[in-house]
Amino acid sequence: MTDTDTNKPDQEEGNKGGLFTTLRSKVKSPSELNKELKETVLWKSIFRHKLDGSPRNRSLAVLSNVFLHLHPARINRDAVRYNFTWGMGGITFYLFVNLTLTGTLLMFYFHPSKGEAYRDIMFLQYDVPFGNLLRNMHRWGAHAMVITTWLHMVRVFMTGSYKPPREFNWNIGVLLLLFTMLLSFTGYLLPDDQLGFWAVTVGTNMARATPILGHEGPFGPELGFTAFNDVRFALLGGSVVDANALLRAYIWHCIAIPILASVLMIVHFWRVRKDGAISGPAPVMLESEAARK
Amino acid sequence: MSTQLPFLAEMDWHQVWYLISRPDNVPIVLLLILCPFYVWLAFREARKNDNLIAQLEADPELAKTHHRTTYPYKKGWPKTVQVWPHLLKREFLAMVIVTIILIIWSICLDAPLEDPANPNLTMNPSKAPWYFLGLQELLVYFDPWIAGVVLPSIILLGLMAIPYIDVNPRGNGYYTWKQRKFAIGTFLFGFLVMWVLLVIIGTFIRGPGWLWFNPGETWDHHRVDHQFNRDLHEFFGIEGTWPVFFFGLGFISICAGAIGGVTHACIKKMMPDMLKRMSFLQYQVTMQLWIMMMLVLVKIILRLTFVVKNVWVTPWFNV
Repeated sequence: MTDTDTNKPDQEEGNKGGLFTTLRSKVKSPSELNKELKETVLWKSIFRHKLDGSPRNRSLAVLSNVFLHLHPARINRDAVRYNFTWGMGGITFYLFVNLTLTGTLLMFYFHPSKGEAYRDIMFLQYDVPFGNLLRNMHRWGAHAMVITTWLHMVRVFMTGSYKPPREFNWNIGVLLLLFTMLLSFTGYLLPDDQLGFWAVTVGTNMARATPILGHEGPFGPELGFTAFNDVRFALLGGSVVDANALLRAYIWHCIAIPILASVLMIVHFWRVRKDGAISGPAPVMLESEAARK
Repeated sequence: MSTQLPFLAEMDWHQVWYLISRPDNVPIVLLLILCPFYVWLAFREARKNDNLIAQLEADPELAKTHHRTTYPYKKGWPKTVQVWPHLLKREFLAMVIVTIILIIWSICLDAPLEDPANPNLTMNPSKAPWYFLGLQELLVYFDPWIAGVVLPSIILLGLMAIPYIDVNPRGNGYYTWKQRKFAIGTFLFGFLVMWVLLVIIGTFIRGPGWLWFNPGETWDHHRVDHQFNRDLHEFFGIEGTWPVFFFGLGFISICAGAIGGVTHACIKKMMPDMLKRMSFLQYQVTMQLWIMMMLVLVKIILRLTFVVKNVWVTPWFNV
């Protein structure tokens, strides 16, 4: 809008300044706007504290935010060092979130049934916009998550972080390690290609040799187990890897194990806080002090 | 198993490149880099702490005033920092970096997709996902009920037992080697040798028919190995169900006893306070787990050197 457009009506009404000037006097500077915005009911209803960098506000930023409140307000000054934590636990969790998002998107394109499953993967690779990238991110994210889980475990062991009072949380961690690998394993079958089929065949063939519960395991046949009622049959929903196995893998992969793992993760993170945040870097202990313990 | 390592000039580099460039093998190539790196990093930190401990042990006055970490600290500095921004900015940065790596990785390498599943056409070699290849490699040395069911269960239970059998109060929350030699040595041996190394063997060494192919050896799909799989008792000419049964049982008992005895003597001599701290049950569990890990190693060595199939043959199961 230019000045000449707006001059006329102003002069008719006898205003001294043009409308533009009037309007401009009402326009607020960004800093004023910013200030007023934070006075509004809407803003105040969302954000419960000021934003300046006072220690109080910085604590409130963490404590009053549902996503950040897993953190304490303050931590050991050296606990943020990469050399100490390697960041592996956090990266593992981030990869899990990433896998949940890409996995959900993949589910929109996937039918867990024979014939359709493989076709859907081809469809993802060649037709769905960014489908190939999506699938690749899910696959490599899963592999990366297995590696970061292992490395997280190595770090926790090397820093003795399973020692009192964190013994129980180490056990939750071992279960999460198991579930991470099972998540990856159940996902392996879903493309329904030769790779997944034979990998899962090899993997579940071990189950038929389970002692007592498998039809080829020690004391299994003696107890009446056959290929049609043993533990492998329960896993696959059949005596061979077929349509039922695909559906079961899909449900374990997309629903059951993610829920179990999420519950364990909640416990895991909760216990990290309740056991006094991460273990260190703690002051070193001398021999004389160890002898007293 | 062919035992001759091919000379570098005779190596089939195409085969080497094929194996390390398989998209699904990239994680194992990563492991080959990441495991040594992080073990080195941990030991670098451990050495710093061990030096500090030695210094403080030598100087009791300093020990009273020192802040007891290797990181810089001056009197008056707060011992804690605000999570916002000091931790959160690092977490955010980590998320950005991981995202970038993941996207670049996903743009550069396509997830594998083989032909549609076909139960009538067996893949050769047909391999489990890479993180289970250590267990699949154990199938060479043990019957499936041990390799696939018993050993994984013991690994999980053993891992879960760790906090309850490691009664050493030292090294809680900091890297150290000198204060926790037995624990760290055992764990790293278990992880790097009995798990990661087996994964690497299962990925890069085991070719068609799960036969042993040295690095750079061409994967020959028509290779046939004329191995004489022999049970241990056949080396000694023992026959009959019960003699064989008791021979195997005896052999395993003697091995277990020898391993346990030597370990016990070492612990008694080198780590007397470990014995003092542990309850009978804790010591028993520790020893059983340690002996079992070593027995697995003994079986692996017997199999690879003398082609021994079973050491203990019974009418119901073989070990």
